Amino acid sequence: MEKISGHFPQIIAMILFTIGLSTLLLHRNLIKKIIGLNIMDTGLFLFITSVGYISDRLAPIIINGNTDPSLYVNPVPAGLVLTGIVVSVSVTSITLSLSYRLYKRFHTLNLDEIYLLAADEEER
Amino acid sequence: MPFIINLPFFSVITCLIGAVLCSVFNDRNARRVCVVSIIIVIVFSASVFIQTASDGQYYHYVLGHFPAPWGNELRVGPLESLVCCGFGIILLLSLMGGDEYININVRREKRNRYFVLINLICVAMVAIVYTNDLFTAYVFLEILTLASCGILMIKEIGKTTIAATRYLILNLFGSGLFLFGIFLIYTMTGHLLMENIHEAIVLIVRNGNYDFPLTVACAVICTGLAIKSGLYPFHLWMPDTYAYSTPTSSAILSSFTSKVYIFLMIKIMFRVIGTDVEGMRNVMNIYLLFGLIAIIIGSVSAIKQHNINRMIAFSSTAQIGYIFTAISLSSVSGIAAGIYHIFAHSVTKSLLFISSARIIGVSGKSMAFHDLRGAAKRSPFASLMFTVGSLSMIGVPAFAGFSSKILISSAAAEKENTLSLVILVVLALSTILNTVYFLRTVINIYSTSKDSEKREKLYPEYVFASIMLAVLNIILGCYSVPVIKAITSGIELFI
Repeated sequence: MEKISGHFPQIIAMILFTIGLSTLLLHRNLIKKIIGLNIMDTGLFLFITSVGYISDRLAPIIINGNTDPSLYVNPVPAGLVLTGIVVSVSVTSITLSLSYRLYKRFHTLNLDEIYLLAADEEER
Repeated sequence: MPFIINLPFFSVITCLIGAVLCSVFNDRNARRVCVVSIIIVIVFSASVFIQTASDGQYYHYVLGHFPAPWGNELRVGPLESLVCCGFGIILLLSLMGGDEYININVRREKRNRYFVLINLICVAMVAIVYTNDLFTAYVFLEILTLASCGILMIKEIGKTTIAATRYLILNLFGSGLFLFGIFLIYTMTGHLLMENIHEAIVLIVRNGNYDFPLTVACAVICTGLAIKSGLYPFHLWMPDTYAYSTPTSSAILSSFTSKVYIFLMIKIMFRVIGTDVEGMRNVMNIYLLFGLIAIIIGSVSAIKQHNINRMIAFSSTAQIGYIFTAISLSSVSGIAAGIYHIFAHSVTKSLLFISSARIIGVSGKSMAFHDLRGAAKRSPFASLMFTVGSLSMIGVPAFAGFSSKILISSAAAEKENTLSLVILVVLALSTILNTVYFLRTVINIYSTSKDSEKREKLYPEYVFASIMLAVLNIILGCYSVPVIKAITSGIELFI
């Protein structure tokens, strides 16, 4: 219990990651897969942000010429999260465009139905 | 420091500028820009290789003049430059070999974007091969994934769109795991540069207070990269992806993209975490097991196919298994054999894909074996090149596949008795299986049929690319000693 109590944000983050991962893999609907992907990424970003946060410390901007590093938090986790969000947005957009193309062609977003329709197309 | 260590950074910038230029030019000029930028990458990496190999050392190129624990670095050494040069040559030859099919399969207004994607793939490759920073590797990994998905879905038929969806979903799953692993490592060590992480991990292992998180990080990163490179049991995205896309895309995806992921994994295994960590040792054993299973399952699945391109794709599964088996031996000779097999397989697979496209083209665009009968009469040159590739895949002496199999077997023979026996038996078995399905195809192509009118149209680019690939194949097969020496000396600096 002691081990858990200090790490609630990380535990929540891992739960989110697992929910997202299972949605990405197990759901057959493409839009739900994309939602799962975003939940997974959010979980990861929450994880690294919560690890990077130390209470009572300031954002790493020097105030009044005070350069004592123990006053500030590490800026790198926030930088990683920002880059990660950019990557995640571009991945989401390309996945959405793929699903749009699939929907236009097969009129469904369910992957099983799409596989069946494609197999029918091959036989014809 | 010599001037030459700036060149890797220049190659990244050249390809990025090339990508921007391609997006505004028409298709013919875009193609020229793309070819020129790839040639620049090859020349730059070759000159870096010559310099670093003769100096016998590696250099750190610091980006933006921020010193080690904070800044971003490239690590310029002989192995990186050799791998970059090799990948560049294969990318160029695959692009030239499937050139006229790009005109057939891609709509005219989208053709210049194809070259944008090729340039982005080249950037991602150069950056991943040279980088010394894990997060940079992640960012370019995603660029490589998206660009590979792009060259797949640019041929707008239902099959490739579905294959691209499947490819993208599995790859995103892999990227998510990889990112999670990087974050875990960062929380444990507080570093992103590879050397600093390694020093911190040595301390962590000595103190023994983060054993479990370290094992989780190893497992998560290696699973992510194994999914992305298509190790068994994650190989099921391969057949559709490789079989129905335009030949250049198939050649690039099979011989290039998955190999870049494997090289990144070699980096992480040996330079970041180190093979003496217990978690990594366990991962190596699992890789060895799945590599051996992949060799057998890939070959058996290839035998069951009735479609030439799907057969070649399943043979890729088996070849990825060879590479993982060689790497997981975790000795210098094992890694060298793995990297050598990466080259041997890339050269051969590109040749097979660009030649099979011609063979299919003269056989009524059917990929089924019974329609390919007599294709050698209709298309003698492509059939000859396909035969060269097949012989190399089987492992006939004087071809690249033979020397890489010899290297893997001799690396395996250094291990204890039972293990080396198992690996050698699997290698022997797989050679027999390879012979069954590749020779069956070759015999099928050379058998007689009613339709034996010659209607091969040879484009000079294709002839040049396939002859170059065949010559490289024979060079790798007959003169393996200097190549393996260069790789080994690079690896000794690398670890």
